[in-house]
Amino acid sequence: MVYRGPYKIRVEEKDIPKIEHPNDAIVRVSTGAICGSDLHLYHGMMPDTRVGTTFGHEFVGVVHEVGPSVQNLAVGDRVMVPFNVYCGSCWFCSRGLFSNCHNVNPNATAVGGIYGYSHTCGGYDGGQAEFVRVPFADVGPSKIPDWMDEEDAVLLTDALPTGYFGAQLGDIAEGDTVVVFGAGPVGLFAAKSSWLMGAGRVIVIDHLEYRLEKARTFAHAETYNFGEYDDIVVHLKRATDFLGADVVIDAVGAEADGNFLQHVTGTKLKLQGGSPVALNWAIDSVRKGGTVSVVGAYGPLFSAVKFGDAVNKGLTLRMNQCPVKRQWPRLFEHIRNGYLKPSDIVTHRIPLEHIAEGYHLFSAKLDGCIKPLIVSTPA
Amino acid sequence: MGEIATPYTAGKTPGRESADALRARIPGWGADLNPADRPSFPREQPGIQTGAHWDFPERQPEGSPRERSIEHAMLTPVFGTSAPLKGPSGAIRKFAYARYSEGRAAHWLLLIAADRVDAWEHHLRSFATPRPDNPVTETGVLGEFRRHGIGSRFGRNRVDVNHQWMDPVLVVGPWVAAGLGAAAAVRALARRTSGKAAGRTTAAVRK
Repeated sequence: MVYRGPYKIRVEEKDIPKIEHPNDAIVRVSTGAICGSDLHLYHGMMPDTRVGTTFGHEFVGVVHEVGPSVQNLAVGDRVMVPFNVYCGSCWFCSRGLFSNCHNVNPNATAVGGIYGYSHTCGGYDGGQAEFVRVPFADVGPSKIPDWMDEEDAVLLTDALPTGYFGAQLGDIAEGDTVVVFGAGPVGLFAAKSSWLMGAGRVIVIDHLEYRLEKARTFAHAETYNFGEYDDIVVHLKRATDFLGADVVIDAVGAEADGNFLQHVTGTKLKLQGGSPVALNWAIDSVRKGGTVSVVGAYGPLFSAVKFGDAVNKGLTLRMNQCPVKRQWPRLFEHIRNGYLKPSDIVTHRIPLEHIAEGYHLFSAKLDGCIKPLIVSTPA
Repeated sequence: MGEIATPYTAGKTPGRESADALRARIPGWGADLNPADRPSFPREQPGIQTGAHWDFPERQPEGSPRERSIEHAMLTPVFGTSAPLKGPSGAIRKFAYARYSEGRAAHWLLLIAADRVDAWEHHLRSFATPRPDNPVTETGVLGEFRRHGIGSRFGRNRVDVNHQWMDPVLVVGPWVAAGLGAAAAVRALARRTSGKAAGRTTAAVRK
């Protein structure tokens, strides 16, 4: 697919990507996905999103070609590729901060490299395509274990690790009350992961009833539809005996609903880096001294965040893009043990040639859409 | 007066469910209770194995000059090559990168402005190709009929319905404005051409 401007994409023939660096691999994509954060690109919110680029940072496939210095992969290997492009050797990577790599993104120092996520994130084409260039093939990708489903594998490239990472950023202690804003894929996985870390109560907030239903059945969560309350913060205070939650996770990001002015200035007029409604609700509904974890994606421009409340409440704010590969060994164990079944959230499987409809469906939240996968068309 | 709410006293209301009840109800409950079992604890892990077999990566050939943030000391050794700078949008982007750091709003606002210019450059260019841009197919809007557009939205207490009407305006509005502008320009040109022709006829009669 290629981007043609806000709300517009189409399928075009492009050249098969070439090896541009000795440690590159070219991967033939077998399954990809549309991420909620892709919608920020699609809606024209992310600066330096160029016409002609291909989106997609969640994908798995088969190695088609490798560069001369690649040691760990061979042509024909089935691989899963983390959404982070990273070198493995810079100051940040050598400390495990893979999402903050300094060697892969000339366009910005504030963000690392991400496949198919604008030039602000390095200018790499993504995996909503038949072929994709994968830099640092000895560092990022891993072979998919034989026992793992392809659909579970593709969800391990971003959505599941990011939700799991969001719960970790909350520093959850046994018995904690955790509130998750957003019942999309990342929010569902954050809620599910909060239990793994010993939460005593997990509450999920959204306005889409079908997603809240999924939060109840998939993530065993207590749910509230913020559209039914005059003030969701007050409701959460009541629900927590006026203490507030110990941990709140923002799994919504830049296109949060719930405040018309914030939404329109953030997402329609692009006057903010995103609508900070969920983040402000998180700050207001967590208890004093509590922790707010942010894994929702925001743009690089400023947003109208209620920082004074965060200061006055003595909050710990923790956030980052997820360093995906660090999460894999533990998540593999959880999947094998039956604690997690990521593909349970998949609702739609869309052929690449119908991807424009897939984006519209996901963007407009039609047809009960939670997670659309992009499936390759048989050659 | 009822019981005093939690934050006004030192004690905390006990949890609704015991650990045993949660463990029985939720698969894997507490499996990562110990922070040491959490892969991102501690956040920084110096010396972590990454698979890199270099101290500094070999450099990818630059080809054409590659724009970069002025907060970088140098061009990074690896970078994306999906859409090099080109045309008026490329000039705006080049200026934004060369002049303003990531800390300046001007940097990002110029890049967003360049994105809009870029889209129109490509829309206009597409009209000179066998495959002009088609807002109907490229927006996937026909999915409204196949994917229950009305049933998915209404009667479901969705709060986003209050602004979704803006999306078609944002997408179609510029096309309509451009169409009206083009029609006005053609009309003005036609008027000017016919006016000149009439002037020539009058002049011929005078002769």
